[in-house]
This record gives sequence, C-alpha cells and structure tokens, in this order.
Amino acid sequence: MTTGDRSTSAAAFDVHKVRDDFPILKQQVNGNPLVYLDNGATSQKPQSVIDAIVRYYTTENSNVHRGVHTLSQRATDDYEGARAKIRKFINAGDDREIIFTRNTTEGINLVAHTYARQHVGPGDDIIVSNMEHHSNIVPWQMLCEEKGANLKVVPIDDTGELLMDEYEQMLSPRTKLVSITHVSNALGTILPAAKIVELAHAHGAPVLLDGAQAVPHMPVDMQELDCDFYVFSGHKLFGPTGIGILYGKAELLEAMPPFMGGGDMIKSVTFEKTIYNDLPYKFEAGTPDIASAIALGAAVDYVTNLGFDQITAHEEELLRYGTQALTSIAGVRLVGTAPHKAGILSFVMDKAHPHDIGTILDEQGIAIRTGHHCAQPVMQRFRIPATARASLAFYNTKEDIDALVKGIDRVLEVFS
Amino acid sequence: MAGLSDLYQEILLEHNSKPRNFREVVEPTQSAEGFNPLCGDQITLYLKVVDGVIDDVGFQGTGCAISRASASMMTQSIKGQSLEKAEEIFDAFHHMITEPGGELDLDTLGDLETLSGVNEYPTRIKCAILAWHTMKAALAGDSDGITTE
Repeated sequence: MTTGDRSTSAAAFDVHKVRDDFPILKQQVNGNPLVYLDNGATSQKPQSVIDAIVRYYTTENSNVHRGVHTLSQRATDDYEGARAKIRKFINAGDDREIIFTRNTTEGINLVAHTYARQHVGPGDDIIVSNMEHHSNIVPWQMLCEEKGANLKVVPIDDTGELLMDEYEQMLSPRTKLVSITHVSNALGTILPAAKIVELAHAHGAPVLLDGAQAVPHMPVDMQELDCDFYVFSGHKLFGPTGIGILYGKAELLEAMPPFMGGGDMIKSVTFEKTIYNDLPYKFEAGTPDIASAIALGAAVDYVTNLGFDQITAHEEELLRYGTQALTSIAGVRLVGTAPHKAGILSFVMDKAHPHDIGTILDEQGIAIRTGHHCAQPVMQRFRIPATARASLAFYNTKEDIDALVKGIDRVLEVFS
Repeated sequence: MAGLSDLYQEILLEHNSKPRNFREVVEPTQSAEGFNPLCGDQITLYLKVVDGVIDDVGFQGTGCAISRASASMMTQSIKGQSLEKAEEIFDAFHHMITEPGGELDLDTLGDLETLSGVNEYPTRIKCAILAWHTMKAALAGDSDGITTE
C-alpha cells in the first residue's frame, strides 16, 4: 500500500471526474457547496449503485432461492453474483464463507451468539482493544456476563496505537476469542491486523476483525490476514444501508449452530426434527435485502474499477494535507496521531466544544461528525468528552480540506 | 432562518466561558444526573429546597456552549424562586425551545429569551433542554438520571 509507483497512479486519478459519479455531491447546503466529510458515519453512493437498486426493482424484483419462475431465477443469479463479487473483493476462498447480514453490528452479534456462546465458559477471556466501537464491546460484555467470562482490554498509547507487548502478554490458554478493529473509527489508526492474528493463533485463539472502517480505504485479503472472522457494512463501502458482510472460515462456520431460525436456513422441517441448510444459507434466515446485496455488488465493482492503488494514494495525500493544515491552527489539537492511519481527522479545540464546531461548520455546508463516535472508552482514554471528526473518502479534495480550515477559522471567530 | 449570530449571542458565549453556580451545593436536598447519549454531554444538578423555595442550586459536568449556557442561565433564573415559579419558568422555556414561532412569555423568561435562537436548530434543542429536564428529575426525586433520548 505504501509502495508502488504512486506518482503515476495519482496522476491518472481525476477526482473531479470521480465526483461526477456521485449525484449527491452536486448540491448546496445552507447556501454553500456541500463539503461531505462524514464518510466514517456513512459514505455517499455512486450513480451505478443507485441504478442497480432501481434496475432490480424495475425489472427483476422477486424472491430468491424459491421460485421456478424467470424473475426469481434472475434475482437469485444477481444475489449470488453479488456474493461472488464480494468473495473476490476480500479474497476469501469460497462463496460459502460470505454471509449477508444487515451490518457490522449484526455480524459481530452473530459470532457472539453462535461461535462464542459455544466456546466461551466461566473464567475464559475475550480480548478487545481500548479503541473499539460500542458494537465490538457490548455484545462481548453481554456474553461475558452470561458465561462468567472476562473481557480483557488491550491498552493504547497517546498516539492511538495498540500496545502490542501488552496484547501478547494478555494471550493465554484462557483466551477463547480476540475481537479487534482493523481501523479505529474514532482515531483512524490502522492496526497491525496480520500480526494480531498470528499472535492469537499461536495461543490457539481465533480472531474477529471489525473491518467497517478498513474496507473503504484499503484492500483487505482474507488469505493474507488469515483471520477467522471479518465483518463490515455495505453503506460505508459506497453501497446501500441494510446490508453487511460476515466472512468466516468455512470449517468454523460449518461447526457453528445457526443464529436465527426461519425460512431459507433449513433443508427440511418436521415437528420432530429440522435439518439445517448448508453454508452460507444456514446463517441467512428469512428473505434478505436482495436489492441492497445486488447494489453492494455494484459498489464493489465501482471501487475495484477505480483501484485501491489510486484510492490509497489519493487518500494518503489528503490525510497528509489535512493533518498539516489542522495542526498548524493554534487552539486545534488532533486526537489520534498514529503513524499508520486511514481517512480520519479527529480533533478538539481549546475554546469550542465539538458540538458547537459541528453546528458552525454545518452553517457553511460542511458535514462532519461530532460526539463520542460510539467509542466512549476511547474518549475516556484521552480524557475528553467528545471530538469533531472529519472523515475522508476518495471523492474528497484538497478544496474540501481548505473549506474545513476556513470553517474552523469561523469557529475561532465566534468563540474568540 | 436565524443565523449563527442569533444562536451564539454574546450573553450565551459569556455564560459558556464563565458559567454561574458551576459548583456542588453543600448538603443538597435533591440532585440528579442528566445525559445526552448522542453527544456525551453530562450534567449533575444540585438543589437545596427549603420551605418550598429553591434556596441554592449548582451544576457540574461537561457539555457544549449551548448546554452549558442554558444550565448556567437556568440556575440564575430559578435560584430564590418557589417550586411553583420554577415550574412556570420550565414551561415557558420548554415552550420557547420546542415551538418555533410561538408567543414568548417574556416576563417569565427574562434573559433566557437569549436562547430562543436554538429552536431553529433541531439538532441542538436537546443541548438546551438537558439541564431543565435534569432539574425536573431532581425535583421529582428521580436521582437515577435522565437522558434526552
């Protein structure tokens, strides 16, 4: 990601042409051109994704895996086609390892309710980090309470990097699962995921990686990472809301009990005995969000066509530019300054609370997130109640960063 | 639509930088905690009620300029008032914040009228109202805490 001929790929990347693919970016908000810097919350959708939804409902809406009729076959082909695209996108070994969920949160809860409930007992440990989203804390807390197990938290340093020595010392035969974010949503830190997995495996513990903030910014490769579970949401990857992915190694998924019972997840049902369906359908009870799954396939096509060489080069340049711009403003402090970061500029100001910063920026058409970013333990770690967070996507420009800086100047004026 | 200068008026910014009654109250008769879970704002409100009159009031916590100034101005307006009068001020304030374009009870509101600009910012109404709901909870003897959600 940091190698390769960046100058060539960056030169070929025309951000203004890319922006033309995103109709929502062409509007004015509060009398100013929209500057969308809230991609960590959700990303915008290219026309091809919007078209995929319209096309599905216009020409092939039908239920999947059921009908003998033509529309149902078309819908099934496209739904399964999207699964295959996503398998390729994350380089998983088999389509059966790609489970459609609603979102990252559901993926984590699925693993908590099935794999972890089977394998975690009294006195066992589940390891998370100090920079998890609430969705990668609360399901484990609930399970630990139920089982009498311990939730262990790997600390981080002042830049927002994971303390790997402490992590290594925490691993033991009692460790039954490690569940850690790939990229921190509040700080932007890119964690050494492959190393985290390798160390856990040396102690016999499987690893779930929360990839919600990673997949929009960098290529992820299940063979390279060798993680046991990987979860992400479609809507942060330029796809629709309501669809997410759980990747799991086939042998683990095979051995796991189902999450929800219902239609599509069974082979046969009698009142005496039900036989569960094969992977991946065992974990896809009920009619799924077919249109969103197909549209997520279109989003993956879009990102693949653009290419991560270009995306990461452009975003790294933006992050560098933004980091420099924000750190040169007196009274502004960046929170999260790890050397390896993706897409996030979280900051606080001496004189203005993040919520006030957000309102004043909005008045100028600039959309950022303010608050604790569903990561309150990170805020507690840095002894702050909240931050203002500008989060980037490949369609952002240096002009967007300039607008943010101008917006912050206005905040300084109000709170002089 | 009101602009930023209507929202962040001088008096509000002054209360934000120098909040009044920003302290614990000695031997409070009531106290309550309030949270705005969306943004992490937190307030603890202390009341000392003697013979049906708010003898002393103080608050602590963290929050944005609007929640802080609103809490500060609230303590000023209810201190020394009867519980009935405090209720009346609450109603007038609640009406002003949640019903844009409604008629304002300026006699009851006094300086609180400065916060009227908030009603044009739906995402900020919860900031302005947090301290007030916390006061209600404290007076009702509900010390478990309230949230704006």
